[in-house]
Amino acid sequence: MARFKKKGSKGLPEINTGSMSDIIFMFLFFFMVITTIRETTLIVRVQPPHATEVQKLEKKSLVSFIYIGEPVKKAEGTASRIQLNDQFATVADIQEFITRERESRDEVDRKLITTSMKIDKTTRMGIVTDVKQELRKIGAFKINYSAAKGKAQKK
Amino acid sequence: MARKMPQLNTGSMADISFLLLTFFLLTSSINTDMGITRKLPPPPEDIKPPEIKERNIFTVLVNQNDRLLVENKPSDISLLRVQAKEFLENPSNSPDLPEKEMKNIPYLGEIFLAKNAIISLKNDRGTSYDMYIQVQNELTAAINELRDKLSVEKFGAKFSVLTNEDYIEAIKKAYPVTISEAEPENIGGK
Repeated sequence: MARFKKKGSKGLPEINTGSMSDIIFMFLFFFMVITTIRETTLIVRVQPPHATEVQKLEKKSLVSFIYIGEPVKKAEGTASRIQLNDQFATVADIQEFITRERESRDEVDRKLITTSMKIDKTTRMGIVTDVKQELRKIGAFKINYSAAKGKAQKK
Repeated sequence: MARKMPQLNTGSMADISFLLLTFFLLTSSINTDMGITRKLPPPPEDIKPPEIKERNIFTVLVNQNDRLLVENKPSDISLLRVQAKEFLENPSNSPDLPEKEMKNIPYLGEIFLAKNAIISLKNDRGTSYDMYIQVQNELTAAINELRDKLSVEKFGAKFSVLTNEDYIEAIKKAYPVTISEAEPENIGGK
């Protein structure tokens, strides 16, 4: 009898929490790795317009981005500029950019490439139209006008 | 004999890493890219564009001051959706609005729809991109609302929640996105 009593008085055995931190760290690294989305540093200011009828962009790996807006640095002027990859570009560079984007993808996926245009809302349509004409010439017909979901504000 | 190292208290380690975890979870907004999808037409060829009757075209002009001219009358962005819907649907079969005909579309059967209604959008080089997107948005909304209406009527569900590919194709065929963009003009000179 005495033997049983001794065992009962010990209380709950402590749970070893030593490996807990390892598990959490594993989670942490997992999230850190999956959220490193290739993000180009913007050198043009892009504040997308608002729209209500927006659709999600599917297949992120098949999207190439074109940014248009005013340069972030004031010294570079206030005229709208085009950014491709990490540098300023002109309308004439678009065709080469699209060709290179195509070459970096599998042949089967090339037809599915969408060009997402991230354009600042104060941009004038002239430059946008020039870009669109270039895209038409090179045959990149699938485009997406990047917009934030929400109601457009009245000026 | 080496002295035994005093054990470190690792109990709070989990808390610290939890803190880091939540920090990363909160700051890394997996930004979903959204936007209005469009398909550009192929480059113009030297063939003559087909003649389209005036009644089948819905002209939307945007000038460099972001003012609208719809069907040769000044208009406002808030009215555009209703006007576009009326044009595309032509509910009263009015002779000023697009011609209608019986169309036989699989899964929808015989329905009376506009034959060849085209929205013609023309903007100036000085038009702001914000305005352009708003116009595109209203026109898309008009088409989406008509698609929803037809979809609810025929399949009992909104177009955006349809899962059957054939049904989606049928609705798209009934109300295609027919927005034609003309080459812009440079009147504003910006």
